[in-house]
Amino acid sequence: MYDVVIIGGGPAGLSAALGAKKKGCSNILIIERSEKLGGILNQCIHNGFGLHTFKEELTGPEYAYRYIKMVEKEEIPFLLNTTVLSISPHSVTYINEEEGVRTIETKAIVLAMGCRERPRGALNIPGDRPSGIFSAGTAQYLTNIEGKMPGKRVVILGSGDIGLIMARRMTLEGAKVLAVVELMPYSSGLKRNIVQCLDDFSIPLLLSHTVTKIEGRKRVERITVSAVDEKRKPIPGTEITYDADTLLLSVGLLPENELSRKAGITLSPVTGGPIVDNSFQTDSDGIFACGNVLHVHDLVDYVSNEAEKAGESAALYALSDRKPSKKKIPVSVFGLARYTVPEMIDEDTKEDTTIRFRVSNVKKDGKITVRVNGEEVISKKKRIMAPGEMETLIIPKRILEKYEIIESIEVGTED
Amino acid sequence: MDYDAVVIGGGVIGSAIVRYLSLYDMKTLLVEKEEDISSGTTKANSGIVHAGYDPEPDTLKAKLNVKGAKMIREESEKLHFDYKVNGAMVVSFSPDDDYKIDELYERGIKNGVEDMEILSGDEARKIEPNLSENVTKCLYLKSSAIVCPFSLTQALAENAYENGAEFKFNTKVENIERIDGGYRVITDTSSSITTRTVINAAGVYGDAINNMVSEKKIHITARRGSYMLFDNETKGMFNSTIFQLPSSKGKGVLVTPTVHGNLMIGPNSVSIPDKDDTSTTAFDLDYISKEALKTSPYIPFRKVITSFSGIRAHEDSGDFIVGEAEDAPGFFNAAGIESPGLSSSLAIGEMVAKMVADRLEKNKKENPILERKAPPRPREMSIDERNKLIKANPTYGKIVCRCEEISEGEIIDAITRPLGARSLDGIKRRVRAGMGRCQGGFCSPKVMELIEKYASIPFDEINKNSLGSNITMEDK
Repeated sequence: MYDVVIIGGGPAGLSAALGAKKKGCSNILIIERSEKLGGILNQCIHNGFGLHTFKEELTGPEYAYRYIKMVEKEEIPFLLNTTVLSISPHSVTYINEEEGVRTIETKAIVLAMGCRERPRGALNIPGDRPSGIFSAGTAQYLTNIEGKMPGKRVVILGSGDIGLIMARRMTLEGAKVLAVVELMPYSSGLKRNIVQCLDDFSIPLLLSHTVTKIEGRKRVERITVSAVDEKRKPIPGTEITYDADTLLLSVGLLPENELSRKAGITLSPVTGGPIVDNSFQTDSDGIFACGNVLHVHDLVDYVSNEAEKAGESAALYALSDRKPSKKKIPVSVFGLARYTVPEMIDEDTKEDTTIRFRVSNVKKDGKITVRVNGEEVISKKKRIMAPGEMETLIIPKRILEKYEIIESIEVGTED
Repeated sequence: MDYDAVVIGGGVIGSAIVRYLSLYDMKTLLVEKEEDISSGTTKANSGIVHAGYDPEPDTLKAKLNVKGAKMIREESEKLHFDYKVNGAMVVSFSPDDDYKIDELYERGIKNGVEDMEILSGDEARKIEPNLSENVTKCLYLKSSAIVCPFSLTQALAENAYENGAEFKFNTKVENIERIDGGYRVITDTSSSITTRTVINAAGVYGDAINNMVSEKKIHITARRGSYMLFDNETKGMFNSTIFQLPSSKGKGVLVTPTVHGNLMIGPNSVSIPDKDDTSTTAFDLDYISKEALKTSPYIPFRKVITSFSGIRAHEDSGDFIVGEAEDAPGFFNAAGIESPGLSSSLAIGEMVAKMVADRLEKNKKENPILERKAPPRPREMSIDERNKLIKANPTYGKIVCRCEEISEGEIIDAITRPLGARSLDGIKRRVRAGMGRCQGGFCSPKVMELIEKYASIPFDEINKNSLGSNITMEDK
């Protein structure tokens, strides 16, 4: 019987394991499907990771390496090339070459499977179906891990961070990035990536535009983009056609929750991740979630921070036979806030609660506000909020302690 | 003569013909212009084995459909392709149209369709709860089935190969000349091929091939139909295939599970001048969405994982053209094979093979191989069976395609078995790696590594499908 089994050996899984270890768990197992630990960081060879955690700029593999070293130092066991087939509250079934299909028992599970990219099909872009259409992450893998060139004349649809990073990466590899095309009137990527990856290389960013036609029987030959109106419908007559051999898609990330769904864990329709309380426990007893499987993060530093907490909670659960709390207070949203993680706060919480959320539109000179029982308890000014950046705020326990009965907690934005 | 018979076209029809020819004592070759079998009409269609209610009685379509559907059921147990009897419903949305359901029932009886039943809208909804409230009446066809067209074609081609048939890919027929006692087939590769008989199974190009040889010209129009395929989370939403009442343009937009359980909707029918134009248009996708919503208001469009188009070969006569050309002895057509072509494929194959054998006075082989060993399907095995397989060959324990749970061993098998895959689409059609919700985002580089290793194709030369559809580009 394991104390904590962690599904996924990326940044979330590694931090969760360290968090569990810190709280005194000795019987931990990390299960990783690929051939090495580190997850998607291994292909993110650009820098900019770790500014919050290590106060220095690391590349993805360097950031991962630090956590892998810590996990090795703590002698936390892990399985590689091992895919989890199914989970239930206290068991995990996995498959690998050495053991075949095997089911293990565990007191707690931490979900840390990460996310995947939205493919072309989900967008229903009409046209031919040639080769040369990649999700940005696949192109990144081909470029950085396989050392291959996905294409030479590139249009990128979507200005998510991976798309922006790949615009620079492909340029550095000698490709011509013709344009980055974004459906929305704002980018969904980090501001610093727009400056460092597009502006510095004079790559045009076409906001309120989309790809309306893909041509090419064998390989992509032409990509047509059009401006869109307020309803995001293409405006006839605004077409621009590029002679391109490649289309990269950076059109959104989806938490990869097939295991969670099959296990009956309730997912949020907004984030696509499990609904959790402030201990990161899902509505399935003893199953916790963290990282991009919970909600898509902008910075890995936040993933590590959140996952460590989730690992600690899983350890406390495993070691103390802690019963689920009697009452959880739902956190609701208002203004531009789309969701919060956690979605619920344990009434008996003994700790400050970190709330993360994203906004649905760009907001300048607004406020982030927290209300308890309808009463404003936190209000802080924020010069700019954007969908591409995650907002974080802490509700100190002393605020919640002031209330005899908490009926509602609301988090949102105001003018 | 190099061959007794040369089959042009490696779709399900050509593969069925070459399979039945391979049971005879003769030397047979199949030539295909693409890099793999199943690369034309076969790669994008509804995958339905129709019961046979639709074709006009006494047409070839009617006869071969009903017979072919039975043969597919029987052969599925010997050739081991993906096949499932799931039942179908033809639904009407207005009491004014309900009489047409009765007419179809009568037509089905004439065509020899078994296991039909007429249901009320409510009775139909009891079986398929996601059907629209507007369905008033339904013809329930319990013998209707679904098949994976790639799996069927692969099984036929592999069995033919095991029985000694030869295959040439990336070989396009440019002309056919009559020579003494047969034909010379001229291709775009250097050598020409001499043969006693030629069989035309060239799909939408069937007219071009026929017209090289016969003065009895035929004319084929390419009709394009678009589809949307949904995430396998939609499994169970519909168990039967749901047709709307047919019109002169075809069977209309259907809503069906695929044999692997994903929900699929489509097709429409648009005549197109360019026979290779499998593009999708916003208009077409919009049309099939709206039509499918009539059948069920619950179609989850957020769960679409891909949309695509297929091309059907419509001959002006409206019926299949199967048989020897009147003015060209030894030249046989299987042309104009549109719906119900997949359902009729085995009946067409058997019929054409017999005609060719009769013409050449050839007998059946004494001991042809009639069964084909299916590739292992670890995810369908019990845990004990699966573990036994992994113990014998550990690569079956390493998952490469996470969405469809496909192991490295299955992909290696797809590359190394007879007529193995050489492209990403070839892998996808054989073992479904890349067919799932991420559409190959994660697994395609890994699959390419395996193709490089086991098919000895340099990474930069691996194609998505046709020559020239390379995935990565050589540096500089």
